[in-house]
Amino acid sequence: MTKSLTLPDTERDHVSGSVKGAIKLLEYGDYECPFCADAQPIVKEIQRRLGDDLLFAFRHFPLINIHPHSEHAAEAAEAAGAQENFWGMHDLLFENQSALEDQDLVAYAGELSLDETRLIREVTSSVYALPIREDFKSGVRGGVNGTPTFFINGERYDGPRDVGHFLEALSKQTVEK
Amino acid sequence: MIPQTNRSVLGAGRQAPEFTLQCTPDQTVSLSKFRGRPVVLAFYPADVSPVCGDQMALYNEMLNEFQEFEAELVGLSVDGAWCHAAFAKQNKLHFPLLADFEPKGAVSRSYGVYHEKEGTCERALFVIDRDGVIRWSYVSPIGVNPGANGILSALEDLQTKSETTDAAK
Repeated sequence: MTKSLTLPDTERDHVSGSVKGAIKLLEYGDYECPFCADAQPIVKEIQRRLGDDLLFAFRHFPLINIHPHSEHAAEAAEAAGAQENFWGMHDLLFENQSALEDQDLVAYAGELSLDETRLIREVTSSVYALPIREDFKSGVRGGVNGTPTFFINGERYDGPRDVGHFLEALSKQTVEK
Repeated sequence: MIPQTNRSVLGAGRQAPEFTLQCTPDQTVSLSKFRGRPVVLAFYPADVSPVCGDQMALYNEMLNEFQEFEAELVGLSVDGAWCHAAFAKQNKLHFPLLADFEPKGAVSRSYGVYHEKEGTCERALFVIDRDGVIRWSYVSPIGVNPGANGILSALEDLQTKSETTDAAK
């Protein structure tokens, strides 16, 4: 695979689905962004429909000035990832977007049966600030101007964010393959 | 389609026109104040923010990256200083927004990015070097957020060139 800013990098990104999937969907998102939360069930539905044809990856693009909880939320997702449950935390954060205080993050760690003490320690000492910033920078260089931004097989998708339009754009990719 | 006004946009190699504009209701800023550091001038049409991370909100998140190039970021529109103050507060912006308000659009005109029909400036970017010379400019379609990739590339070029010049000395 040629390394591209706008394609999932299975060596560093959080990926879900099949690495052999012909369709690669990459999202840049922010856990406190309402438009990202709106897109979440749509992504889920696309994953369900495409199954092993799809590889989905998520990178952080927290806008911390307008979304003061977004940085710790992203760090909590990374901390959960270090305990092998990035996607569990990812889902809980979007489902509970209005409750992203530090104590909420700890409660979600509990809900996922993670080591809460470790998660608190890692979030408060910003262990994952650097990879999150790398995500952000890669987004800026790749053409992310806001959240959410999606890339389908490396191409930015600027169409409407509903299941029908997404599937249409994604299936075009399968035909071209 | 490129609007006619784009013909006059100041390009690379031109001296950046000097200006003094209000940055708060009781303070002004002059371009020459930044001499010795690169300046990113971001003209934008109006103080509105319809999505998460409009152009100014995005740049606001990138101040550290601009800082790595010792570059100053300045936003500029025809809105008044009070309007800018409210916009900056709402979006927690940590860089100056200048008011090209009176006489309206004068600075935008001098850079060739005033949109007569709309009565606003274009969505235009200028990267100005340490000596006040424009090194890169770009006009985006008015509804399209141009992002920051072009700015970062221009700042990288500036840095590379100044390193080469320093090495030659």
